[in-house]
Formats: sequence, C-alpha cells, structure tokens
Amino acid sequence: MPRQTPSQTIGPFFAHAMTPRGGPFRASAGERIDRGRSAGARIRIEGTVRDGAGKPVPDAMIELWQVGPDGRPSFRGFGRSATDVDGRYGFETVKPSSCGPGFAPHVSLIVFARGMLNHAFTRLYFADEAAANQGDELLTRLPPERRRTLLATPRADSDRPTYEFDIRLQGDEETVFLDA
Amino acid sequence: MRAEQVDPRDWSAHPDQQHADYKSTLLRSQDRRLVPVRHSLAELTAPLFGRDAVAEMDNDLTANAALAAEPLGERIVVSGRVLEEGGRPVAGALVEVWQANAAGRYAHAGDDHDAPLDPNFLGAGRTVTGRDGRYRFVTIRPGAYPWRNHPNAWRPAHIHFSLFGRAFVQRLVTQMYFPGDPLLAWDPIFQSVSDPDARQRLVSKFSLALTEPGWALGFEFDIVLRGRRRTPMED
Repeated sequence: MPRQTPSQTIGPFFAHAMTPRGGPFRASAGERIDRGRSAGARIRIEGTVRDGAGKPVPDAMIELWQVGPDGRPSFRGFGRSATDVDGRYGFETVKPSSCGPGFAPHVSLIVFARGMLNHAFTRLYFADEAAANQGDELLTRLPPERRRTLLATPRADSDRPTYEFDIRLQGDEETVFLDA
Repeated sequence: MRAEQVDPRDWSAHPDQQHADYKSTLLRSQDRRLVPVRHSLAELTAPLFGRDAVAEMDNDLTANAALAAEPLGERIVVSGRVLEEGGRPVAGALVEVWQANAAGRYAHAGDDHDAPLDPNFLGAGRTVTGRDGRYRFVTIRPGAYPWRNHPNAWRPAHIHFSLFGRAFVQRLVTQMYFPGDPLLAWDPIFQSVSDPDARQRLVSKFSLALTEPGWALGFEFDIVLRGRRRTPMED
C-alpha cells in the first residue's frame, strides 16, 4: 500500500509560479474570485499574517476555498493570495452560506510559508453572523479568547463590505489551526 | 446515504512543525495542538481544474519561457503518478511545480544568490493528471544553492510540487529530490522528516524507461495523498 508523501515547506521563492503578477506565466488562481452565476453579496476579506514575535510575514501564501451563497460548492470559490511586504493578503469573493447543520457560514483557509514544514488549515467565520455562530460545532467548543481568532470583523472604514481577518502563526494570540 | 471521509494526515510521515535545525520554523511553527473538527463541505470538496486550466506548453519548462533559445543545463523528464493511500489514482488533478535554474538561481526578485539568471528559463510549470493519475514534465535539472540557515548551508537540488486531490484537506505541497545527492544528509528541510522510509519517498528514482534516447534522462516521482473513503452515515 502506498503511504503518504511527506509535506515540505513552500519556501520563499514560489511567487513566479504560484502567485505571478503579469509575466509569461498565467496564475492558476488569484485574489479576485469569479462568482460565476452565483448571486451572493460581494465581499472583501483581508488581513495581516504575523509570526510568533508579532512581525508581519511577507512571504506567505494563503489559499481560500468555500461554498457559495447556496451552501454548495456551486462555483469555483478558490483563491490564492501572496502576502505583501507588510504581511497583508486579501480576497474578493462572495459571502458563503451555511453548508449544513452544525456549520456556521465559513471559508476554508490554508496558510503556507517558509518556515512552515506543514501547511496549516483554519476557518474564517463572520463576526456579524452571531446567531449562526452560536450553533457552530467548532466555535462553541472553543473558549472565548480562542474563538475570537476565527472571527472576521466587518470594517467600518471601507466603502464596500470588507472583513478583517488576521492570522497569528504562534504565541498567545495564535490562530486556531485545525487537525482537518 | 453515504458520506465522504478523508483519512487523517499520517504524522509518522510528515515533519514536526518545529524543527530547530531549520531556523525559520522557530517563530513560524504553532505552539498549540491542532483542533480536531468534523470536516465541512468546503473541506471535503476541492476546486476542479480541467484541461482548460493549463496551456499547451505549461508542462514543458524548457519551452514555456524560452525567448530565443533553449535554457542551459541538463534536460530531464520528471514523471509519476498522483495516488491516494490505498493506491487509487487521482485523475484530473492539478500539479504545479517550480524550481531554480541549472545554476541554482530562482527567477524570483527575492533570490540574491550570485549565480546567473537564464533568460530562457522561468522555472514554473503545471499540468493536469491523466486517467491513471500520471503527470509528466520536461525541465532542466535544478542546481544546488546556498542559503543562510547555518554556516556553509546548501540546499540539495529539488523541485517544488503542489498537489490538489478531490478534497481540500488532501492538499499537499512538497519537494522532490534527486537520488544520490550528497547534500541530502546535511539538509535540515529534508531531514525534518524523521522516518527514514518516509524521507526516501521524497527522493525521485532514475528511470531508464522514462529516459528518452539521445535526448533527456528520466526521473520517476510518485506522490501519495491522504486516502478517501465512502462510509455509511449515522442515522
């Protein structure tokens, strides 16, 4: 029986292949997710990735995968974003709905970076979905200070619906990462 | 009613997240235990990339960025199958690769290694697996290069691989190495995999069958993702 191939770090030099901007090689996916025929509300998700010392991580890649406004994988809700020099990443997508009982609306995120030998899975939930979040089987298992790390907060300073979701790789504020 | 399940990550195969010899892990590894979850639909499905996702030359790194001539270096064929544990081939899976050129330099703005760039080589490729899970790339054998992890540190020649399965949680990013490379013994990233058998699964095999007479040496590299199974749902 074949056994799993070990994970290795993405390293610092993936951008020309995985997140190219212009150039001869077209990106497989980018920050702007084509919503196809799905009708949901257009949103922006952005945040800063920080290491255990609180420093921005300028060479991480974040991948996003989600269901649509109908709670199904009805469009290619896949995006990729490389952090910039300030550790910022971002996506433009549509807000997902719940995919079933026990699950509040969320998007699945993967964090890849130099210094991470395995990528890390997490979920982004929406702070303004308080009622749904109270019925989520993951969120309700977490103590409040840990739960908070999974809640994207609406930003008031933007002219379009924008959620802020910071990712902490290590330390007291470490994001909840999943054995997914 | 039956539900799809993905087998867990095999932690005897994967590296520990903190590996002191690889300095960058010190501030980027997680302190806390991963939190177990029941997989959501987003975790059990994955983006599908059809043949339209790749251009014709995307799997030929000796041609997909060549401006005026072929890139310099030793031309090689790298091929293998993407499988799940249990042996089922993953058909229609997106495989992405990137690497340094023959001189050990990446076409990346952040790479300041004092070695020449090759104007005819980008070092980025992708393809979609066939029905039998097989992929094939034509490329240039990458060079070793120095890095700053410890005194006189050199990365062994390697090709980065990124894989998708049928479920987002099957996602894998890894590195393929070459057989007989003396630098493997000294590389903390390769050595971060503690099980010697698992480590060997990162090393490609020379293949006379893949070698094209008079043209290019062949290397075989199979990649195994987490398994999937269908199980009866409770109630």
